[in-house]
Amino acid sequence: MSGSVLYDAPGPRARARNLVLSVVGGLLIVGLVALVAYRLYDKGQFDGAMWDIFNYAGIRENILDGLAATLKVFAMAAALSLVMAVVLCMGRLSDHKPVRWLATGFIELFRSVPLLITIFALWVGIVDAILPVEVNIEPMWALVFGLAIYNSCVQAEVLRAGINAVPTGQREAAYAIGMRKTQVTASILMPQAVRSMMPTIISQLVVTLKDTSLGYIILYPELLQTARLIASNTQVNGDYPYVPTVIVIGTLYIVLCLALSGLANWIERRGRRAKTGIAPTEAKVPEQTGALP
Amino acid sequence: MNVLLDNLDLFREGFVGTVSLTAGSAALAVVLGLIIAGFRVSPVPPLRLFGTVWVTLLRNTPLTLLFLVAFFVVPQVLFPGIDSYLLAVVALGMYTSSYIAEALRSGINTVPLGQAEAARSIGMTFTQTLRIVVLPQATRTALPPLSSFLIALTKNSAIAGAFNNVDLFNIQKVLSNEGYNILVIFIWITIGYLIVTFSISALFRTLERRLEVAR
Repeated sequence: MSGSVLYDAPGPRARARNLVLSVVGGLLIVGLVALVAYRLYDKGQFDGAMWDIFNYAGIRENILDGLAATLKVFAMAAALSLVMAVVLCMGRLSDHKPVRWLATGFIELFRSVPLLITIFALWVGIVDAILPVEVNIEPMWALVFGLAIYNSCVQAEVLRAGINAVPTGQREAAYAIGMRKTQVTASILMPQAVRSMMPTIISQLVVTLKDTSLGYIILYPELLQTARLIASNTQVNGDYPYVPTVIVIGTLYIVLCLALSGLANWIERRGRRAKTGIAPTEAKVPEQTGALP
Repeated sequence: MNVLLDNLDLFREGFVGTVSLTAGSAALAVVLGLIIAGFRVSPVPPLRLFGTVWVTLLRNTPLTLLFLVAFFVVPQVLFPGIDSYLLAVVALGMYTSSYIAEALRSGINTVPLGQAEAARSIGMTFTQTLRIVVLPQATRTALPPLSSFLIALTKNSAIAGAFNNVDLFNIQKVLSNEGYNILVIFIWITIGYLIVTFSISALFRTLERRLEVAR
């Protein structure tokens, strides 16, 4: 960060002022944290007994089960959303108007509906209301399909941006040597689009991972719901161990997400060094306009 | 179509709930985002560290977890009897502020170096440089991502409805419990959200046009 552009190299007075600000700011922050910590301590949330619950095999197994459920949903939703994204992206760039309209409509609709609304609608049986058949959707599948539908729309737009970033000469050259439409897309455009968009795609996968926590609301026992169950079913000295469980589960989430965004950043840095192909995008969450441009 | 007419009051309440949640937390998020962005580029190391920690932690935490903390930990442990609207606004505002701070920071980075150097050379301090020269220009580049984060905020506000705030999602829950056709409810709720998100993008398009400068 070239922060130094915004201010001069500090002279003696500025150094003194910065020191004072450092101390005051640092004290304020430490004080705030200490105040919260003290309130928590005062309520007995830092008692040894509160934290002792994580020594029970049952609770550890619960947490592991929750983690496994979260990862399972994430893996299925991620795979499904990427496959659907390729299809939607192809549809959106199709030469046939009806296909293009259908894909665009689908993308614009589900990108602008809150994910929670989609998941909830799937859970309470919107499929029954549309199709004449009786389908009973379990919370897990409602979560997976909801996540897949929403994220595929975002990823499809990311892929489309990637394909549009490939220089036109490449497509023209491919057609000129006699490649078919499918061949051009599959062997010229897609590989480069995926490669350049990889950091953004992975950043959106981080969002998918975070959004698996919406399973909490439809009562699917993933990590967050597990945390709530543990905290509300365990009593230590007549108090519920909300703070310890939130700290443990929150750390798990943050570590998972940081690992995934670390991967995105690594790929971005690695791609920067490469001399060939189009440059990779920045590893950041794609903008969700969610309303027609 | 009867679903809407029979429950017009509920829908209106939910719509107003969503709008006020969005407005309240958007205001908080923009103010916090500005402060945190200022922290992240400031010459004072502890503030810079605080800004970095704030952004990293909040961007990698699921919003639902923040809501869980806000609705189960904060009232029971820290401040009992706090209003649920306030809790939702704080959770949403804090979460979104981390994204807005990043958008502003990358906006600050796109302001040409010469601008800040010129400001410094005529003797402006860090705060003056930021306030008079850099931020007004950074705001222009930060507007499109800002609008997309506010739209994301509108959509995220549905989570507040799951925690007993009255908003559109809450109405969807209530009505589907009462056995109305879920497809019809879904359509009306979606239209409600579309109205809010369309207004935000229209507002920002106007803002962008107003703030546009010929370069």
